Amino acid sequence: MENLEEDISKYIDPADIAHEEHKEFITLNLGPTHPATHGVFQNILTMDGEFIDHTEQTIGYIHRAFEKIAEHRPFYQITPLLDRMNYCSSPINNMGWHMTVEKLLDIQLPKRVEYLRIIVMELARISDHLICNSVIGVDSGALTGFVYLFEKREEIYEIYEEICGTRLTTNMGRVGGFERNFSDLAWVKIKKFLKEFPVVLKEFESLLLRNRIFMNRTIGVGPIEANKALNYGFAGPNLRAAGVDYDVRVMNPYSSYEDFDFDIPVGTQGDTYDRFTVRGEEMWQSLRIIQQAIEKIEKMDDKTIFQADYPSVVLPKKEKVYNNMEALIYHFKIVMGEIDAPKGEIYHCVEGGNGELGYYLVSDGGRTPYRLHFRRPCFIYYQAFPEMIKGSMLSDAILTMSSMNVIAGELDA
Amino acid sequence: MFVVNNNIVEILKNKLQEHFGSDVSSFEIIKDIPTFTITKNRIVELLRFLHKDKELQFQFLTTLCGMHFPDSDQQFGVVYHLHSFKNNLRIRIKSFTSGNNPEFPSATGIFKAANWMEREAYDFFGIKFSCHPNLKRILNMEDIDFFPMRKDYPLEDQTREDKNDKMFGR
Repeated sequence: MENLEEDISKYIDPADIAHEEHKEFITLNLGPTHPATHGVFQNILTMDGEFIDHTEQTIGYIHRAFEKIAEHRPFYQITPLLDRMNYCSSPINNMGWHMTVEKLLDIQLPKRVEYLRIIVMELARISDHLICNSVIGVDSGALTGFVYLFEKREEIYEIYEEICGTRLTTNMGRVGGFERNFSDLAWVKIKKFLKEFPVVLKEFESLLLRNRIFMNRTIGVGPIEANKALNYGFAGPNLRAAGVDYDVRVMNPYSSYEDFDFDIPVGTQGDTYDRFTVRGEEMWQSLRIIQQAIEKIEKMDDKTIFQADYPSVVLPKKEKVYNNMEALIYHFKIVMGEIDAPKGEIYHCVEGGNGELGYYLVSDGGRTPYRLHFRRPCFIYYQAFPEMIKGSMLSDAILTMSSMNVIAGELDA
Repeated sequence: MFVVNNNIVEILKNKLQEHFGSDVSSFEIIKDIPTFTITKNRIVELLRFLHKDKELQFQFLTTLCGMHFPDSDQQFGVVYHLHSFKNNLRIRIKSFTSGNNPEFPSATGIFKAANWMEREAYDFFGIKFSCHPNLKRILNMEDIDFFPMRKDYPLEDQTREDKNDKMFGR
């Protein structure tokens, strides 16, 4: 036994042993145009066999200069920029911005308007989660759920269309409320959706939730623990999947969310399966909120209020603009941004589809913001991706990315 | 509106005065967020203190962004928003510096979230962050030689040829 090394060297050449220890890495480009990268960003993976050893990220030169453009536009004209951030739930982005301006101008909204906003924002959350969850299915190889759920997303877009005329980049919101009241057909469509969607969602969940293949592909994949997620600035479903019950709607309620009764679903592992289930459960909670909002609105006497009553700031109704000189002047002044905002600094945040979506606005008293910074949740948590997929297989990286719900439009600003 | 708990704000104020003295200044509550300014060489120390303090526990870096005030002595600034889940309190910390070559210490040692936010501030404003692990442009090409969010950089080039109205018969 004393001469063990010598004995071994009789049989194995030491040069061969050294050769076995030497690892050979392969560089693999995942993206920028890979169908599973969900946008124009590239991950340069260093692969140790089938396992990922290191990831170098670039998020693509898609800089659209939103913050710079916003510094040159009146508050009203910033709204269209925000649609294009997280385009899966654009009404949340818009209304978050309107609330920020309202906070700056000290405008109080009637309850009915706030509830209407909640209905739209929760519909947007459903459509956002619905895309994310069905895409997780696609990335694990199950296309059925995706095709099945997209019909329901279409119905949500039809509701938007009925409210304002557009589908993806919605322009329904205004500072102080809405552009017009919900039509009767819009209410019919919302109620129809409330009635039909649970059936489809349940069926979708029965397709994947206890599916052995899906569970094997997602449980324990791309995990992140609570402390690390917090340190990385996670918010929204990704943070809640890790076990932290932080939800802006509950912790810092806006738009009268405090009047509603709903639960915050929380995961335990922070893995892909938890992110999937948390989003799924959130859709049920959103349905609950919409149901309550409709009940509250139906109890109200006045069915015509859809704007706050601040003539100097809120756009007048269209009929008045056509028939009343004063309304026309106000309309012109507001649209051209000739009304100066007060000086001040505001930070306002809403619970976007992917987490805390924040607006930091610095006003120097002019017609445009002096500085406007968006807290885009995707931009902040996507930097944790290399750490989440280190040591896992390539196919797991794909699922991790889709379960994080990285939207390319929100990486940029 | 965020809820401002005056007791916690008072505790925060006292602790900051005790530990940082005159380096912390202009403490005020703007709308609903307590805001203060700190000298730039103590910013990391302050962030670490707020992060570790058992009572305050500011463990969530909400945002970090650059600022530019070309007419001021203190031209460049960095604004941090922190959130304490324990007390449900948000605070805003500002730090300013002058000169053509602004540099701040990096907060990446405390918050990993600061990594890309600092890269973004560098990309847009040219604010350098010392001890940052990978300080390079993030949204723009690496070889551009300007910082687009600075106030002296125009939104677009007004002399561009394709904007010439003659081309369109006007």
